Amino acid sequence: MHDVGVLALQGDVGEHEQALKSLGVTPVAVRTPSDLEAVEMIVVPGGESTAISLLLGSSGLREPLQQRLAAGMPAFGTCAGMILLANDIRGGRPDQVQLAAIDITVQRNAFGRQVQSFETDLEVDGLDHPFHAVFIRAPAVERVGPGVEVLATVTGPDDRPKPVLCRRGPILVAAFHPELSGDTRLHQMFLEGSLREASTTKP
Amino acid sequence: MPMASPEAPRTTGTDLVKRGMADMLKGGVIMDVVDAEQARIAEDAGAVAVMALERVPADIRRDGGVARMSDPALITGIQEAVSVPVMAKARIGHFAEAQVLEALAVDYIDESEVLTPADEAHHIDKWRFTVPFVCGATNLGEALRRISEGAAMIRSKGEAGTGDIVQAVRHLRSIRGDIAKITQADSAELYQWAKELQAPVQLVQELAETGRLPVPLFCAGGIATPADAALVMQLGAEACFVGSGIFKSADPPRFARAIVEATTHYRDANIVAKVSRGLGDAMRGQDAGHVEVRLAERGW
Repeated sequence: MHDVGVLALQGDVGEHEQALKSLGVTPVAVRTPSDLEAVEMIVVPGGESTAISLLLGSSGLREPLQQRLAAGMPAFGTCAGMILLANDIRGGRPDQVQLAAIDITVQRNAFGRQVQSFETDLEVDGLDHPFHAVFIRAPAVERVGPGVEVLATVTGPDDRPKPVLCRRGPILVAAFHPELSGDTRLHQMFLEGSLREASTTKP
Repeated sequence: MPMASPEAPRTTGTDLVKRGMADMLKGGVIMDVVDAEQARIAEDAGAVAVMALERVPADIRRDGGVARMSDPALITGIQEAVSVPVMAKARIGHFAEAQVLEALAVDYIDESEVLTPADEAHHIDKWRFTVPFVCGATNLGEALRRISEGAAMIRSKGEAGTGDIVQAVRHLRSIRGDIAKITQADSAELYQWAKELQAPVQLVQELAETGRLPVPLFCAGGIATPADAALVMQLGAEACFVGSGIFKSADPPRFARAIVEATTHYRDANIVAKVSRGLGDAMRGQDAGHVEVRLAERGW
């Protein structure tokens, strides 16, 4: 099994670690560039994207992480993780880090404040029964670039369907929190997809 | 195709949504701010949320008088200034203040002993709200009573506005220590624990099984330096509230940033040393053993 890291600067790191452990993976907490060298794929958790963005800079992780992602390292981002992995962010700070691992435009806090946070059952392409999804001050995808698959949508405040689960190659991003609902199918999808990707790209 | 099928109904204000919001703040720093400018300084420094209030606890302590919910105009001004979550405080038992804060769509309500209590016997019935609540606790019994009333996050009370960490340390050690003992108790002993803690036995049984509170445990009350943050994180706090410690220090932007770094890298003393270097004066503070009003004794 490849070593799986969880970016552990801020956010619900422990919940992702728990989900990975229940799939038989021993995750590595990534806080420094040397932690990053030890892993072959990474989960970017939920949290506050502005805070994680600053800590990516001060920890020295930003550049090596951008380089690894550009070189094809698999990544799974949830909520703040989706925002950080996107290459275009709306409602963010001008100095916000863009890891630019997937060509999507993400709107922060697309569904409103915490009182509008919600749970729902989501139909997901590739899963045979719905996924119970928890949206917390969630972002939504406003634009998907070429080659990005949309695996699930929900209706946004403007009554139009918003992509909330997207994949491009080894990059999987969710606007919600699969790490909170005790269902590991999306973590499984990430691990399997990454392995498949690795076997097709490596000689 | 997902778009073709009708969408399942959505539910708001659930346990998962309320506690999940607290989960997103883990490893972060929530900073007290009294205006939009301070809120921006806090966000620039990497705060995961801000607590909007009219006076920081050190000033409430100094000024005396009745401390109440903040003016809605102040809260709205702060909501407009930053993109991070905005929390606000209601008096203990003052459910009408909480209703106003919910109407303002604050992201979390702190039912706080820092304000003057409005009810001598009852805390707010927090289950009746869509917005989540955080409550302070000095020991495990208090924490479990607040959770049974619907709190979605627990924080130590510490002794707010003193800049003295000793009370927060006592509260964290007491809560974590009793949790550790309960995990060693046999099933018959759990009833006695529930009686001693004056807490529902179901919550005590759940603790015995999981070894942790069902909601996140954060630290508040007395954090004034990066090393204070590293201390409480190592004692088992999952995030830090910093009240007076930032804006009563000599250099608020630097203190704020340094406490954020220390909260993330609390296990790495080299980083805590680096961010502590040349910070200037922390808030002056006062010995929590010699304060006239003990805020931590408010609430029951």
